[in-house]
Amino acid sequence: METRTVETRHAPVRYLEGGTGQPLIYLHGAGGVTADDPLLTTLATRFRVFAPFLPGYGESEECGELRDMLDFTLHTWDVLEALGVANPVLVGHSMGGMIAAEMAAIAPHDVSRLALICPAGLWLDDHPIADMFSLLPFEMPNYLFHDPEAGAALMTAGLKMDDPEFLKTYLIRNARQLGMAGKILFPIPERGLAGRLYRIKAKTVVIWGESDRLIPPIYGPAFKAAIADSRLVTITEAGHMVTVEKPAEVAQIIGTLV
Amino acid sequence: MKFTWFNLMPWPYLPDDFREKNRSVWVDIDQRLFDPAASHEVYNTYMDLLEYADTLGFDGVGVNEHHQNGYGIMPSPNLIAAGLARRTKDAAIVVLGNSIALYNPPVRVAEEFAMLDCISGGRLVAGFPVGTSMDTNYCYGQIPALTREKYAEAHDLIIKAWTRREPFAFNGRYNKLRRVNIWPRPIQQPHPPVHIPGGGSVETYDFCIDNTYSYSYLSFTGYIRAKALLQGYWDRVAARNAPDTSPYRAGFAQTICVADTDAEAERLYSEHLHYFYNRCLHVYPGFADAPGYRTIKTIQAGALSQYAPPKGFGELTWKDLTEGGHVIAGSPETVRQRMEEMIKGLNVGNIFCLMHVGNMPAEKCMYSSQLFAQKVMPKLRGVLPECEGDERFWCHPLAKRVTAGALPKSAGAPRVPEHA
Repeated sequence: METRTVETRHAPVRYLEGGTGQPLIYLHGAGGVTADDPLLTTLATRFRVFAPFLPGYGESEECGELRDMLDFTLHTWDVLEALGVANPVLVGHSMGGMIAAEMAAIAPHDVSRLALICPAGLWLDDHPIADMFSLLPFEMPNYLFHDPEAGAALMTAGLKMDDPEFLKTYLIRNARQLGMAGKILFPIPERGLAGRLYRIKAKTVVIWGESDRLIPPIYGPAFKAAIADSRLVTITEAGHMVTVEKPAEVAQIIGTLV
Repeated sequence: MKFTWFNLMPWPYLPDDFREKNRSVWVDIDQRLFDPAASHEVYNTYMDLLEYADTLGFDGVGVNEHHQNGYGIMPSPNLIAAGLARRTKDAAIVVLGNSIALYNPPVRVAEEFAMLDCISGGRLVAGFPVGTSMDTNYCYGQIPALTREKYAEAHDLIIKAWTRREPFAFNGRYNKLRRVNIWPRPIQQPHPPVHIPGGGSVETYDFCIDNTYSYSYLSFTGYIRAKALLQGYWDRVAARNAPDTSPYRAGFAQTICVADTDAEAERLYSEHLHYFYNRCLHVYPGFADAPGYRTIKTIQAGALSQYAPPKGFGELTWKDLTEGGHVIAGSPETVRQRMEEMIKGLNVGNIFCLMHVGNMPAEKCMYSSQLFAQKVMPKLRGVLPECEGDERFWCHPLAKRVTAGALPKSAGAPRVPEHA
């Protein structure tokens, strides 16, 4: 995957690009995404993949002008416009799934294929979503991975959490990324999507990791019920980071959309 | 120098094993640990102590705002301040303060502060904190990265509401108001003095300097650790070409315990300090600093939350606390020396004296406060001569004020002129 920059109305946006074929837009979750992400590299064997960083993520500049859900949704449409991509396969994970669903709801005639991977955006009182903002780093893997130990090893590989300078870098990255994510996810990751899902016309697949402890899999049926042309696929032995734990399966399911 | 007697109002009945059995004193503290019937006495004792401080000659009595917090049972400082406005005579009512981003609309703060100023005869000192991340984000649900923008708008709205003499429209991002026209308005003109409590945000320094507000650092870790932070503030005062470096541009909170001798101080107060640092400051680190609450600039400057210290407060001994400067405690002479060192070292004119600590009973608190007021405070009055004559950062009460509760004991026949 190559890292490139595209200008938009609000900020220059960095994005990852790789592969050939039909265009596919991948919107990352609140944890961000890297060029060696296994799902992106797998998808790139079949699609021309674009993965824009939300402002504040990766090397994308922060953007104070983006404040609410509508800003995020329109900004991401601006990115697609700037990339010159029309009618892509639109894929979003977690927070990215929330943004993708909003995009498909606000412009239903411009999205014909949609994949939502453990998306945020709904709230069920009986099944509260964990408060990721107050989790300490060592608590994260248990919420994110089917296998927390393996997940923890992945998350901390090469990181020196005892080094104060590293800690400062970590805190700044966290503040940049989750500060931005908080605008649509804090304190409850729900901004009215439930009232707009009915507008989606895209052929949709909702993908969930069966062991997701951040956004419990019970949210899967709620999305499926609200989107007309949709099906739900649950992947076993995978958590919220199903993108990392089962990338081949996720890519294969996305492939069924085309 | 201005000395304000301050009470955080801690809940005094946290159990011995609080730390072991609970993850946080704040945000998700166990509901069952609060006993409403017992709080009746706790609140009234705490208010009595604040009133007592007025009789001792403290320049101010101070209250603040916290939510869902076992060491501060004062979600509405204005309610306590209203009681104090009636029952104290001379002390400034220092509300430090109202977290103005949390009031909807913030006109409410302009109104309530105006009421306090009117009832107290112009004794209000108005504090506008951004609020801790625990209060503002985790308890009151404000979006961290938007909190400062909302705060700045609330501030502009309140100052306009206080100073404009015609109804005005306010088209903010967070407040849309067609006719702002507060009634009543404050006695003090153009408005009561403003103090801004902060935790080391560079943006807050500039905000205080540019508006001639006093910057208060309310820490529990004492003056030795505060030195670097306040030096950062004074460097900024110089860099921004403020017209002066008046010590009243800064305030500092210090835990103080006075007894006859150093040994008596340890014997009397050690357990209460331990209660405070061990139980009251037991905050789950995940609540200390919601991502986005602190700006990148501030994190880069190294200002992290005092609620997530690298090494916990839990095991600090009397020796650690007094020698480390968290606490200034001992005989009047010991306390005088350390206070003088602190005042000169930090160049602070406003001292917020944390004289009530943890689960300290009233009689010990009164003893310590009285010794401080009689044997320490007078000797510190002239420590910073630069304070002399600077009236910008303190209240300006009416010269002639009424006495609350001065109506006759019973109603006689009203005397009305016959042809009125």
